[in-house]
Amino acid sequence: MIDFLINLLSLSFVTQVLRITMPYALAAMGGVLSERSGVVNIALEGILLMGAFGAAVGAYDTDGNIFVAVCYGVAAGVATSALYAVAVVSFHADQIVAGVAINMLAYGGTAYLLKVFYNSSSNSPQIQGFGGRLFTNWVFWLALALVVVVQIIVTRTRWGLRMRSVGDNPDAAHTLGVSVNRLRWQAVLAAGALAGLGGAWLALSGSGFVAEMSAGRGYIALAAVIMGSWRPVWACAASLLFGFAEALEVNLQMFSTGIPNELIQAFPYVLTMITVAGFIGRSRAPVHLGRPFSAH
Amino acid sequence: MRRELLTIAIAMLLAVLAGSLLIWFVGKSPLEVYGLLLSRTWGTSNGFGEVLFKSTPLILTGLAVAVAFKVGLFNIGAEGQLAAGSFVTGLCGAALPASLPGPVAVVLCVLAGMLAGAAVGGLAGVLKVRYGAHEVINTIMLNFVVSAVTLWAGNAYFFVKYTVHTAAISSNAVLSPLGFTGSKANTSLLLAIALAGAVWYFFNRTRRGFEWRAVGHNPRAAENAGVRLGGVVIGAMAISGALAGAVGTNYVLGYKQYFERGMGTGTGVMGIAVALLGRNHPAGIVAAALLFGTLSHGSLVVAEEVPKETFQILQAVIILAVACGSVYLGRRARARGAHV
Repeated sequence: MIDFLINLLSLSFVTQVLRITMPYALAAMGGVLSERSGVVNIALEGILLMGAFGAAVGAYDTDGNIFVAVCYGVAAGVATSALYAVAVVSFHADQIVAGVAINMLAYGGTAYLLKVFYNSSSNSPQIQGFGGRLFTNWVFWLALALVVVVQIIVTRTRWGLRMRSVGDNPDAAHTLGVSVNRLRWQAVLAAGALAGLGGAWLALSGSGFVAEMSAGRGYIALAAVIMGSWRPVWACAASLLFGFAEALEVNLQMFSTGIPNELIQAFPYVLTMITVAGFIGRSRAPVHLGRPFSAH
Repeated sequence: MRRELLTIAIAMLLAVLAGSLLIWFVGKSPLEVYGLLLSRTWGTSNGFGEVLFKSTPLILTGLAVAVAFKVGLFNIGAEGQLAAGSFVTGLCGAALPASLPGPVAVVLCVLAGMLAGAAVGGLAGVLKVRYGAHEVINTIMLNFVVSAVTLWAGNAYFFVKYTVHTAAISSNAVLSPLGFTGSKANTSLLLAIALAGAVWYFFNRTRRGFEWRAVGHNPRAAENAGVRLGGVVIGAMAISGALAGAVGTNYVLGYKQYFERGMGTGTGVMGIAVALLGRNHPAGIVAAALLFGTLSHGSLVVAEEVPKETFQILQAVIILAVACGSVYLGRRARARGAHV
């Protein structure tokens, strides 16, 4: 038990927590942007997956050029997001139904492309990513900077103010000459870029793309958004909590604690349920979250 | 009605086109693959039976999603509810004494599965009513939790050594096949259709069903008229879960004769597509389930020609297109202060 606690204080554990947190935090930043503008985004799950696939393809094609891989991942995320925005912003499709469809498309699409590109049903060829490297890794610093940037954009810029107004009172925003649906488009695309980067992180911090590797992270990121009451820095802190929970889970499995491993695996999900149940009462959602807008 | 049919027709057309592109992309002829798919599913007796086998659980998960939908709720957790239900159906079947008459054994197993599904679905309902936690997040999380719990319980107590399946159910609980030249279609199809009828009767012919529909259309008005919203939310999630929990009937009692981990994976999510395409109407759901059952079995019979994921993409396209074409679902109730 003492060994276990000492292990938690080590630098390697902290690194591990940060590494696991990254995709959550990036997807959660995207979730904040999208949801603050009034668009529920359970498509984050599919966007993460597409981002991961894009990054793996980019890294494979260029023999491990991280920059290209990241660009591919972001591009895949933005493309997926664009499809989502067409459905929910332009066509007013129900956001949860469309989100489920996008996720299905991402799961099916990546599996299809795995077969077509690499003739495999489980994973891409091994790629040279950045592995466990963290502090010497520019993607890590970029992601960290993005959290600050998103926070500033949401709270301190004109665009951020408009975006929030579009989520809280689209009719008023429309009356004042703000193009509601254009802003929502921009917010959803930005969310795609962020979550795409999160997906790229998933693939590049491992050894490539593995089928269904997003494994519910998009949903957990959404829970982090709720926990953080739709504020970027707090959503990031919530992501850190989930990263910690998952790292703890991995470590608990290595030490014999008497708790069955199968149940430890459920830990992050139970934590999500408890926190969502506990926090939702105190956090205030954007007023028009989930409602399509059309000017009359 | 005409507009709805038009929406569906356009959605199908788009899906067929998207599918053609994907088939063409791997160097096959779309016409040939579609032809092969049809002839190997609806063209043979065995193929048709397999379509029925694949459609049975989809009718149930489609109904599950539709019941929640009707009262303005979203059940994305059919996946976990059906896993819990199948697991419990399997345990119940294995625990029953062989001396029990067949029908009694079957009814007990089905009810046990439905209860387990209702418990999982109902929990999401309770969390929503009691804490305002959105059912979408919770039903998704419960999918993972149920998967972990059944794995733990199975490994610790119920799975046959070195496998991920339970002991065989007692032979009196086994459902008889429907024939179709050795296909897996079994009498659980009749249960699914009966439940579809029951759901229709409930919503269209009973007072309580009327109340539930009223909540779906306008929760505040319904509440003012004296309907207890909390009870309806919990009840609808529980019934929804129970319908998903009945899926084990098809796989456990009708096919494998034991519960196996991963059984029925994907049918829960597909239930959303089925409900959407079937317009939440039981008859529409049965028809949509047949369509998706055809695609699902069809993807297997042409797997040598094209990756089977092609048809998963096709299903996603159908959902997206139908969702884009219909704003009807947009009037889902927004119950008090809970958001994703």
